[in-house]
Amino acid sequence: MSEAVWEPVIGLEIHVQLNTATKMFCACENHFGAEPNTLTCPLCLGHPGVLPVINQGAVEKAIEIGLALNCAIAERSVFHRKNYFYPDSPKAYQISQYDEPICLEGHLDVDGSRIGITRAHLEEDAAKLVHSGGEAGRIGGAEYTLVDFNRCGTPLVEIVTEPDLRSPEQAIAFLALLKNTLQTIGVSDVDMEKGSLRCDANVSVRPAGSGEFGTKTELKNMNSFKFLGDGMAAEIRRQIDLLERGLQVVQETLHYDPGTKALRSLRSKEEAHDYRYFPEPDLVPLAPSPALIERLRDGLPELPAARIERFASQHGLPAAYATDLNAEPRLADYFEAVAASSDAKSAADWVLNTRPAPVDNVPAATLAALIDLIAGGTITNSIAKQVYEMLVADPAADPAELVERHGLASIGDSGELEAMVDEVIAENPAFVEQFQSGKDGVINALVGQVMKRTQGRADARQVQELLRSKL
Amino acid sequence: MAISSDDVLHVARLANLSLSDDEVARMSEQLSGILGHVDALAALDLEGVPPTAHALEVENVTRPDRSRPSWPRDEVLANAPAAQDGAFRVPPTS
Repeated sequence: MSEAVWEPVIGLEIHVQLNTATKMFCACENHFGAEPNTLTCPLCLGHPGVLPVINQGAVEKAIEIGLALNCAIAERSVFHRKNYFYPDSPKAYQISQYDEPICLEGHLDVDGSRIGITRAHLEEDAAKLVHSGGEAGRIGGAEYTLVDFNRCGTPLVEIVTEPDLRSPEQAIAFLALLKNTLQTIGVSDVDMEKGSLRCDANVSVRPAGSGEFGTKTELKNMNSFKFLGDGMAAEIRRQIDLLERGLQVVQETLHYDPGTKALRSLRSKEEAHDYRYFPEPDLVPLAPSPALIERLRDGLPELPAARIERFASQHGLPAAYATDLNAEPRLADYFEAVAASSDAKSAADWVLNTRPAPVDNVPAATLAALIDLIAGGTITNSIAKQVYEMLVADPAADPAELVERHGLASIGDSGELEAMVDEVIAENPAFVEQFQSGKDGVINALVGQVMKRTQGRADARQVQELLRSKL
Repeated sequence: MAISSDDVLHVARLANLSLSDDEVARMSEQLSGILGHVDALAALDLEGVPPTAHALEVENVTRPDRSRPSWPRDEVLANAPAAQDGAFRVPPTS
């Protein structure tokens, strides 16, 4: 198998559940985890004679998503009916948007690559089905299905990317930035496990350098970054293997089973792709005013893509640090609070690498004070880690006070260190002789002995310098 | 434009309808007739007239994002042919 000569081509379709107070077309509450069928009414149950009314809050959140993804907001967009029969949709159609979506042609820049956003549109979610009896949870062999309509009719935005992604890793990086962007603008919980962020991937491969697309398959509904990455990687390997054996990729929808790592073809519903879209006769078009769009644009906070750039320029951080700090808004906020009163590079190091506790555990100002103690030479790095452990146990404590109370201050400039160095020299005449006869490496043994005596309160380099000056 | 019996069968399948041969023939004739009426529009000069899905010149009919009480579950489930554990019970989907 030669992946080097094959280029994967990936496009994503992401469904985002909006965190509105109410459903898309009726005033039932929109929230997760209520008792089954307690958030329903004749409209979201599809009773005859009801009329949908568009939720203004959902429209505004959809526009905010479009603005955050650099999309054009359509001057006019309309809703369509997408017809299909399945018990998750009591009307036998989903109200969605078809050829006139609310957001068009945007992009999101990920690690220097521009990923095109084809469109983002508003639609309603379907009911939750629980397949019971037979083999638990599986559709095949179920004896009956239970339907909970609480989720039915809740607002979704579907975001479709261009086929601009070239590896599973890049697709995951894109999804991570998208997730952070949605979280930052506050339109969704973006919790993949709860299903408030769902991702399908269209995957194909082609000879590297080719300008044409291969036949694609669709991977459905993977509920974690890891499964999505593993599923795409498995599908890319499968397609390359087929093509190298001279076989064809068949366009189909696949489900990746993370347990068995197998890809299973979902039986395509008979002629299901003929959804007979037609304009929803019960809804009039959306034509958001420029004033509304500008108000929403002005209300957007700094977005992660811009924040990553600013971290690199303002704080002089390497690009990878700037990206990692923006894995989620809370982490980036915490870093900025620490960096506000301490060295940014050290702050980034601590927040990303050293800090073992969740960001809320040790107050940012306290961590900044600890970093200052290192920078000022009061304590060494290894002592700082000890002090940090104490702060995790007692977040209200003051780092300087802890250093004082436990006698952890560096002894570099005091006579104490010099006395220890003298002791070690006096107690190890053999090492001293070897060193003086030219075995330079022996100095490390002496440094080690001094360091042991200081219990981490001295800098090894300084100890070495002191030893060399005395020998 | 004529609607063939294959077209009728295709649409019937999408709509979950089973039709007898007689019905297929009748639908084919009736649907062709309906499309014939619509075809009459082709005789008009519609240059510069944008396609419209609505006769109304109304836009942006929305409601504020404020909740109202949902229906009591007992009432909601009262119309269901079968219910279990607070849910609608339907035949297995596959």
